[in-house]
Amino acid sequence: MKNFRFLLIGMLFGFILIKAEVISWFRIQEMFRFQSFHMYGIIGSAICVGMISLLIIKKYKIKTFSGEEIKIAPKEFTKGNVIGGLMFGLGWAMTGACPGPLYALIGSGLPIIIVPLASAIIGTYVYGILKDKLPH
Amino acid sequence: MNILTQPWPWYIAGPLIGLMVPLLLLAGNKAFGISSTLRHICAACIPTQAKFFKYDWKAESWNLIFALGMIIGGFIAGYLLQNPNPIELSESAVESMNKLGVKNYSGLIPQDIFNFQQLLTVRGIILMVVGGFFIGFGTRYAGGCTSGHAIMGLSNLQMPSLIATCCFFAGGLLMTWFILPYIMNL
Repeated sequence: MKNFRFLLIGMLFGFILIKAEVISWFRIQEMFRFQSFHMYGIIGSAICVGMISLLIIKKYKIKTFSGEEIKIAPKEFTKGNVIGGLMFGLGWAMTGACPGPLYALIGSGLPIIIVPLASAIIGTYVYGILKDKLPH
Repeated sequence: MNILTQPWPWYIAGPLIGLMVPLLLLAGNKAFGISSTLRHICAACIPTQAKFFKYDWKAESWNLIFALGMIIGGFIAGYLLQNPNPIELSESAVESMNKLGVKNYSGLIPQDIFNFQQLLTVRGIILMVVGGFFIGFGTRYAGGCTSGHAIMGLSNLQMPSLIATCCFFAGGLLMTWFILPYIMNL
């Protein structure tokens, strides 16, 4: 299976998310209440490492393992960054999870999280139907 | 074995999360991001006429396999190698959450609030069903989530990602400080 490597990387990511406790409703509350440095340290250091990695990849024109040139599509600004961003923020503080943690939490033995995941899928579906009517 | 059951400090976990960015690029030119999986699931499973879901989702199947991996990784880390101790929260956080009515601190999430019985209450429906809906609708409208915008986008110095990340945060603060206390009292 050509995608097997992504299964392994996903496993690693799910593992890290649980051990970092960033998937915890408690930790998200603690973050939004500024009562612990934990989440800020994680997000900040993750961005630093990501940023340095991309600088190195670009500077030395590093290619993928199969020899392709690495390309990253730029993000385009839309009003959705603001409106959708605020909406996601509300949902993040309510469920204590973003999309990645939903998957990891279900795996950790919390079948109840299937409910917010299903609801998130429906939310994406409704966005897809309404897309042309929303400001962008 | 201790290191596998104990929670990891931020300076170990954060850099490891950051390494996902180059790892996915090197492994197959993939941009780190999770919320797109929700769109692929719609495209794959829900019959619809909406143009937004008419694309070759199979070409993006790596993303779904990645999500499946996350479930398995979550199972290994959170079930097989579960932390035997309760989560170590700051005292002030526990105090604030006690005020919100949280009683059960034994797991990763407050299981007295997130359980199937609570789906019969207004509070449970708002937190789990409406909250989940906001995640799905909001991330797609915003064009990404914490991984796609806050980590991948900011690592790549994208201004739209900085705006989106600030808005994620603003939404979270608004909910935590001004709305959640009312929801928790329902």
